[in-house]
Amino acid sequence: MTGIVEYLTIFVLAAFVGVEVVSKVPSILHTPLMSGSNAIHGIVLVGALLIMGEAHGPAQLVLGFLAVFLATLNVVGGFVVTDRMLEMFKGKPADRAKATKSAAADGAPGRNGAAK
Amino acid sequence: MTTLTGLSMPLSTWRDLAYLIAIIGFIVALKGLSSPKRARQGNLVGAAAAALAVGFTFTNPVVYAHDTNLILALVAMVLGAAVAVPAARLVKMTAMPQMVAIFNGVGGGAAAVISVVEMLHWHSQGTQPAVYQIAEVLLGVLIGTVSFSGSAIAFAKLQELMATRPITYPAQQVINALVGVAIVVFVILALVTGSIAYLWPVLALSFVLGVIFVLPIGGADVPVLISLLNSFTGLAVAASGFTLDNNLLIVAGTLVGASGILLTRLMSKAMGRSLPNILFSAFGAVVTAAGGAEGTTDRAVRSSTPDDVGTLLAYARKVVIVPGYGLAVAQAQHVVKELTDSLMAKGVDVFYAIHPVAGRMPGHMNVLLAEANVPYDELKEMDEANPEMSTADVALVVGANDTVNPAADDTPGSPIYGMPIIHANEAAHIVFLKRSMRPGFAGIDNELLFDDKTVLLFGDAKDTLQKLVTAVAEA
Repeated sequence: MTGIVEYLTIFVLAAFVGVEVVSKVPSILHTPLMSGSNAIHGIVLVGALLIMGEAHGPAQLVLGFLAVFLATLNVVGGFVVTDRMLEMFKGKPADRAKATKSAAADGAPGRNGAAK
Repeated sequence: MTTLTGLSMPLSTWRDLAYLIAIIGFIVALKGLSSPKRARQGNLVGAAAAALAVGFTFTNPVVYAHDTNLILALVAMVLGAAVAVPAARLVKMTAMPQMVAIFNGVGGGAAAVISVVEMLHWHSQGTQPAVYQIAEVLLGVLIGTVSFSGSAIAFAKLQELMATRPITYPAQQVINALVGVAIVVFVILALVTGSIAYLWPVLALSFVLGVIFVLPIGGADVPVLISLLNSFTGLAVAASGFTLDNNLLIVAGTLVGASGILLTRLMSKAMGRSLPNILFSAFGAVVTAAGGAEGTTDRAVRSSTPDDVGTLLAYARKVVIVPGYGLAVAQAQHVVKELTDSLMAKGVDVFYAIHPVAGRMPGHMNVLLAEANVPYDELKEMDEANPEMSTADVALVVGANDTVNPAADDTPGSPIYGMPIIHANEAAHIVFLKRSMRPGFAGIDNELLFDDKTVLLFGDAKDTLQKLVTAVAEA
């Protein structure tokens, strides 16, 4: 029972950090931020793996399998889609004008560093 | 390693430390994603943190205690990755919002399933969970399931598998309230009796709630809705963190839940609307708007030819391009840049007026035009662009509709009434590049199409723009 209060404390602190950390996002980044935070909650995969490990009987195994599968979709797909979105924002806005003329200016687009 | 006392910690402590590093990684990732310069790095940091955390989870004996379970888990992960990577890599730019909706929905689904399995697990072990544990499970099921079914409907709307306009039916609010009350009743019953039996009605009703919550939201509001559902999934993940005694899930889920709610508010503010307005305004409002939409469809519009419009553009002093979803559909971002460059070469002053919710997601146009290397300083946000609209000779509307619809200013009762728009109607001439007379995403007609100052060029935006480039060169 002491655990729950500790967890609530962590919850409240994390909520404040969450609000603080994105408070200055410009509107062009609204969608990538949404997509990136979507990928972050894909970490629910850790929970799915724990639940799968202790699953007993067919019903729990099937549901556990489903949870792991869905969570993997979330975390892997989430990071890859966000990366593709952000690939469009090459370099700093200021030197994009130059980059138009000398296309190779600020680094190759690079491959997706896909999450595992 | 064993000689150093500090390093001889049990593996579980190392794992918790890895989770702590992952938590820091997620905070850094969110911070990075909020800044144009470091957004991409931020995302990579987040991915690395997730990989670290998932990797260390396999050091937990719970995960590898049973061979069958471990193998099934690995198969599920491989399958998930095998589906997700190609889907995310191959999806067209236009379909990205749907993709985010799907990935968000499955995350919510996973959180709900985790809560259900934990409840089943307690049941099969014969342990009686404490009241707060049942509450955590029910919260996870409720929020996760709402996010799952809500995202599915949002996906169907964006993919145009169903009507994009708000869907209303009689006694909608009463039905929604009844479902809400029923959920509360079953939650209380579950808490009081401690019985697993009440889990199922909560699950089923949450699914229904997700659907009926999203049905009346339509048009340009759907991206805001996805942001809200994203925040819900974060909270569902936090709830499963409580259930599983896992700090990582609590913190990561809460970070997303809290930042998601702020982001949702910022998004609705960018549209000049309040969140309650977006979520609940469709109730009743649509009836009047639908009536207005029918009478106008067979009215005459003036269509023009690329040659005429090309001449108009080439001899203008100032041209404002208003891009919209049609630009994304036609993948015409490179051609529109070509047109801009050739106009500039002729000394025409050209800029883009970007509505915050043009396209299917906020920032959609910026992403698209950035892909075509359109310089940042040619893009003006709505507030910056609007004062200049009255001095523009031509407003060239490329595949936009609702974001220039004057009904937002002058037709109370219209679903978009009150939404700030780009004042294309103030330019001396307005040219619409349109595929058809189909109304925009909000499903309402646009008076501006019938304006005396307006001409239309029908056809695929890319083709038409290509013809305009030629016409400008010859003018």
